[in-house]
Amino acid sequence: MRKLPFQKRTLALLAIIIPLFVLFVYVALYSGPLAPVSVVLTTVENKSISPALFGIGTVEARYTYKIGPTYPGRVKQLNVDVGDQVKAGQVLGEMDPVDLDERIRAQIAALKRANAQLREAQARKDYAQAQALRYEQLLKAHSTSEEVLAAKKQDFLVAQAALTAAREEVSRLQADLNALKAQRRDLFLIAPVDGLVVSRDAEPGTTVVAGQSVVELIDPNSLWINVRFDQISSHGLSANLPARIVLRSQSGKVLDGRVLRVEPLADAVTEETLAKVVFDKIPDPMPPIGELAEVTVILPPLPARPVIPNAAIRRIDGKLGVWQVIGGKLRYTPVSLGTSDLDGNVQVRKGLKVGDRIVVYSESELTKHKRIHVVDHIRGVRQ
Amino acid sequence: MISLAGRDILHSWGKFVFTGMGLGLLIGITLSMAGIYRGMVADAKVLLDNSGADLWVVQKDTLGPYAEPSSIYDDIWRGIRSIPGVAQAANVTYLTMQVSKNSGDVRVMVAGITPGGPGTPGWPPYLVAGRQITRSHYEAVADIASKLKLGERIKLRRHYYTVVGLTRRMVSSNGDPMVFIPLKDAQEEQFLKDNDAIWAQRRRTAHNPAFNRPGVPGLLDAIIASQSTNPYVNAVLVRVKKGYDPEQVAESIRRWKRLTVYTRSQMKEILVGKLIATAAKQIFMFLVILSLVSSTIVAFIIYTLTLGKIREIAVLKLIGTKNSTIIGLIMKQSIALGLIGFVVGKISATLLMAPIFPKYVLLEPSDSAIGLIAVVVICILSSIVAIRAALKVDPAEAIGG
Repeated sequence: MRKLPFQKRTLALLAIIIPLFVLFVYVALYSGPLAPVSVVLTTVENKSISPALFGIGTVEARYTYKIGPTYPGRVKQLNVDVGDQVKAGQVLGEMDPVDLDERIRAQIAALKRANAQLREAQARKDYAQAQALRYEQLLKAHSTSEEVLAAKKQDFLVAQAALTAAREEVSRLQADLNALKAQRRDLFLIAPVDGLVVSRDAEPGTTVVAGQSVVELIDPNSLWINVRFDQISSHGLSANLPARIVLRSQSGKVLDGRVLRVEPLADAVTEETLAKVVFDKIPDPMPPIGELAEVTVILPPLPARPVIPNAAIRRIDGKLGVWQVIGGKLRYTPVSLGTSDLDGNVQVRKGLKVGDRIVVYSESELTKHKRIHVVDHIRGVRQ
Repeated sequence: MISLAGRDILHSWGKFVFTGMGLGLLIGITLSMAGIYRGMVADAKVLLDNSGADLWVVQKDTLGPYAEPSSIYDDIWRGIRSIPGVAQAANVTYLTMQVSKNSGDVRVMVAGITPGGPGTPGWPPYLVAGRQITRSHYEAVADIASKLKLGERIKLRRHYYTVVGLTRRMVSSNGDPMVFIPLKDAQEEQFLKDNDAIWAQRRRTAHNPAFNRPGVPGLLDAIIASQSTNPYVNAVLVRVKKGYDPEQVAESIRRWKRLTVYTRSQMKEILVGKLIATAAKQIFMFLVILSLVSSTIVAFIIYTLTLGKIREIAVLKLIGTKNSTIIGLIMKQSIALGLIGFVVGKISATLLMAPIFPKYVLLEPSDSAIGLIAVVVICILSSIVAIRAALKVDPAEAIGG
């Protein structure tokens, strides 16, 4: 009977000490640097992937017409506003002619005067001609001196030259008049094509320099996207590939398009390749020029090959590779990688075969001697 | 021969175990504090290991990119790449910012990583879920400590990013979780301000008569365009070819490119020795004080525990027990108490205390070993004081008052 309480006490003590000790061993071995690393494994699959290229760009109009005066001047009137549809040949506005109309009138008067002078020269010439003829006959009848006849002939030649001069003066003034009229016509700002007014840069009364645009037109049927692809991921980009376009204003709505052309000139500073992507059908309402668009170009699917997720790729000692699990042990296998798609699948050219088990996710950096603990998903990842 | 120590423990086991538990919590706090200190240093170093770089090329005469701001042109990497011994050169940007997400916001360090696929310097070396970035824009890989979920859309300054992958233990030297985004986006986020600021800047430029000259149409547009580009990065990460000495490669970059270059050991010195030096020292001093206080308390507990048994010891002496037996009794008891305390301390530090700290707590096995030795030594030393008191006791006390 005396032994019982002693045993009870021992049991109670053991009941505390033993679990404590077990917990201690567990804590020492399964937490901290000695603990096995949780890993998620995957199998190398034989899969066909469709690589795709991703770039961003801005909506632009292929044809932009900047309409402005060819001479410096003041804007007199503008008939159109931003958003107006215009037809080819339509008068969009007019520059202030200032004194041009008066100069045309002066030119017309000058022309009239020149015509009068022409008539005068004609009359003088006719008279001189008649006189010269008359004196010639008089000389034949010995009624005048040879000297007088020579003077009359000279008068005739002078009058003839004066007539030519007057005639040319008329043509000169006529040409000047035409030039002024052309300048006058040039003051009208005329739409060269059917288009949409996108910008009205100067209001009536503004003085603009030659070449400065007053109204900007675009051809709304020529919208395209100027897309920039990082050169590192632009392999395979070529004309006529299908593209998916997502406008920033309509995220979630995918529009179809295709690559119109890849620019032969790349951007050397930003290390980007440029391409133009056109819509299959231009969205209605038209997206604003300059809107950001995300473009995914889909390349043709590749034949099936061993494929791994890109999360499995590591770089150790300068070599790309994956951690392969063989018989519960880790082995670093260098691999040579091929094409990848946007979902993170990468083709393996060399190093792995279909069915190999590899580490895709790990809780921390792995080394050859780390113990591993295979799990479905790493602790802390919320599904 | 029965064990006197064992019998005595069994006699008052409740008191013994609870004293052990109390001691354990104290030791646990000390171990956690050591873990906090180690975690702080580990946080400072983890950035170096995760970046996968051997050399950091930064703006001349700066301690960048972690300890000081540094900015260099983003095309300098081409020149660096051509230096013999350089295997890879990658631009990188770092920006610490507050990120808003569905529920509240989180402080993160945004790293802009150069495109080029996994394994490029600067990229997260491993993931715990999802995939690495494949698009050159608007995708992000986040550290799991940021509490972001796969597929979540986060707003960094001007753009929305989709979290496509999660990683772990990718933190800045302050312990802020990192978010990796493509370099071009990062440059833009770092540079482009909010819309109001951009508008204000455009107006400011337009009002400057030097930039908005009536006779030069297009000048203003050109200046605004040149104002809204950011051809800068914070550093170039360089991986050295096998067989080359990083210090020599660094020297040739210093010499020919006239930039400041840090090797891994220099960078570690900057991060641990400069960036977190005072904070780490602060924690370390606290650890030292805590250790001293803990050992004093442990010593006091053992001393008072022994003094509490002084009457029993007197009885033992009265019945002629040998001094060595009494010494053994006290010493064994105190060591047992210390061991229970250590076990409880280790368990509570690992399972209860470490997980609740917001920042990384690294409980190193070597620290635990040092702790164990310290606990045993303190127990022995304090029991020696108690033993002196016990041996001095007059056996008459057993009978008297």
